[in-house]
Amino acid sequence: MFRSRWLSIHAAVVFAFLYLPIGVLAVYSFNGESVGGFPPRGWTLNWYRLLAGDSALWASVVNSLIVAIAAVAISIAIGLPAALALDRVRFPGKAFFRRIVLLPLILPGVITGISLLTLFVTVGMKLSLVTIALGHGTALISVAATEILAGLQKFDRAQEEASLDLGAGQWRTFWRVTLPNLRLSIIAAVLLIFTLSMDEIAVSFFLIGRDNTLPLEIWSRLRRGITPEINAISTVIFCFSLITIVLWYRIRQARTSETTPAASVQ
Amino acid sequence: MYSRAYSRLVTIPPLLWVTLFLLIPYLFLFCFSFWQVHAQVIVHSWTLSNYGQLFHNPIYLQVLLRSIRIAASVTLLALCLGVPLAYYVSFRSGTAKNLLYQLVIIPLWVSYLVRAYAWKTILGSNGVLNTLLQYTHLAQHAIGFLLYSPFAVVLTLTHIYTPFAFLPIYASLEHIPRNLIEASQDLGASRSRTFWKVIFPLALPGIVAGATFAFVLSLGDFLAPLLLGGPSGIMISNIVVSLFGAAYDWPLGAAVAVVMLIFVMALIASTERLERKLSFT
Repeated sequence: MFRSRWLSIHAAVVFAFLYLPIGVLAVYSFNGESVGGFPPRGWTLNWYRLLAGDSALWASVVNSLIVAIAAVAISIAIGLPAALALDRVRFPGKAFFRRIVLLPLILPGVITGISLLTLFVTVGMKLSLVTIALGHGTALISVAATEILAGLQKFDRAQEEASLDLGAGQWRTFWRVTLPNLRLSIIAAVLLIFTLSMDEIAVSFFLIGRDNTLPLEIWSRLRRGITPEINAISTVIFCFSLITIVLWYRIRQARTSETTPAASVQ
Repeated sequence: MYSRAYSRLVTIPPLLWVTLFLLIPYLFLFCFSFWQVHAQVIVHSWTLSNYGQLFHNPIYLQVLLRSIRIAASVTLLALCLGVPLAYYVSFRSGTAKNLLYQLVIIPLWVSYLVRAYAWKTILGSNGVLNTLLQYTHLAQHAIGFLLYSPFAVVLTLTHIYTPFAFLPIYASLEHIPRNLIEASQDLGASRSRTFWKVIFPLALPGIVAGATFAFVLSLGDFLAPLLLGGPSGIMISNIVVSLFGAAYDWPLGAAVAVVMLIFVMALIASTERLERKLSFT
């Protein structure tokens, strides 16, 4: 078992397991027939052409973009101060606060979804893209806070002290020293939250009003039966996710290597 | 060193938001679970009858047990796939390490729906796998149990949650000081002995964390069962979904969710304690 060969074979099998389904999906998005039997017959770009002219689908893409941008704004606006508070302020109930903030990260989406649903219905709020954005934004504070907290823990506070000693005020220090140091963490968080919101379905499932987001539009079509057009849109989504994730990883790597001299002494 | 105004500014808005949109909704859910539906209207009269129903009607316990079974299978499979992979990537992959790590985390962020749908196209009776088997004469007829079965749910959830399990395991392996392994090998321990006596005990907290992720997330999943489970693959969250949907009995649905929530929280609390107990630092 500890021979390198067996370990490599095992790794290859796991990677095949992770990637083959997505590969199959992509291959069949070019399939000439609408039933997905083996072997694929005849190559066509027809499904992509269909996709390009599908106005209901594009409307849902626009909805998803609106929701994702709002979710990014909410989760960063709350997650950034939350991370600062967790890193440097002592207040009663801090451990409990941390737990609640991070809860949506590990809790099944169904619970987050229905508990928000009970809130919105009780206060008489109409379900719409707004409720979905509030749901995504709130659930993804956990991602923003963890990403930014990771940045803060690498950040050398002596820089802030130096800035304060040199006469810059608290706010100036925040804008000129703290925030620029967190730049990469914030960008990484934005990318992740955007991608996660674009793909989110469990919470949206309960908070949806009249307008569908992209995953819910796909979901409702799946229930009507499968067509290669869904393969085509899935392939496009996969490519987009791939780009943002690779970008996120690059930024994270940059952040790891970007240590200040003072920090590396510690 | 931070002024009072600063502390307040970074503390109060998140506290308010989290109270309003996380804490209060959980409390509402809790309240709903003690209410009732009369003639399609939710009545705010307090009762324990929802919980009574959960314990008396065997269907709920049955589905809960099935969900636990499915989640346990997913966890076991995810560990079988994730632990050796994490070990390989962390210790043996050499220069390919960064690339392999990226290859594991990419599927983590790729649309849930895309991956679940992929399995549907593969496992269906006219799907890729069945037609491939018939094409190569390995099977005469389409194999029916592939799709719309607990098997399909376990397979799909394993595919989705293995990278989740991988992450904490890999992180714990990466934190093991490499000189410990050198010391073990210098003292004459074989690779397998080094693994079991040095690496495995140090990685155990990460393995527990990974298992918790896989278990909790697959336990609460409702989309894969809806898409690929069929009647025999229904899980506990599907009951919540139907009670909040067509069946329109939110209080009962809330009660199911509260039971799930308490179960999950208790599980997380105990695995966290276990992780602390297992860690050497």
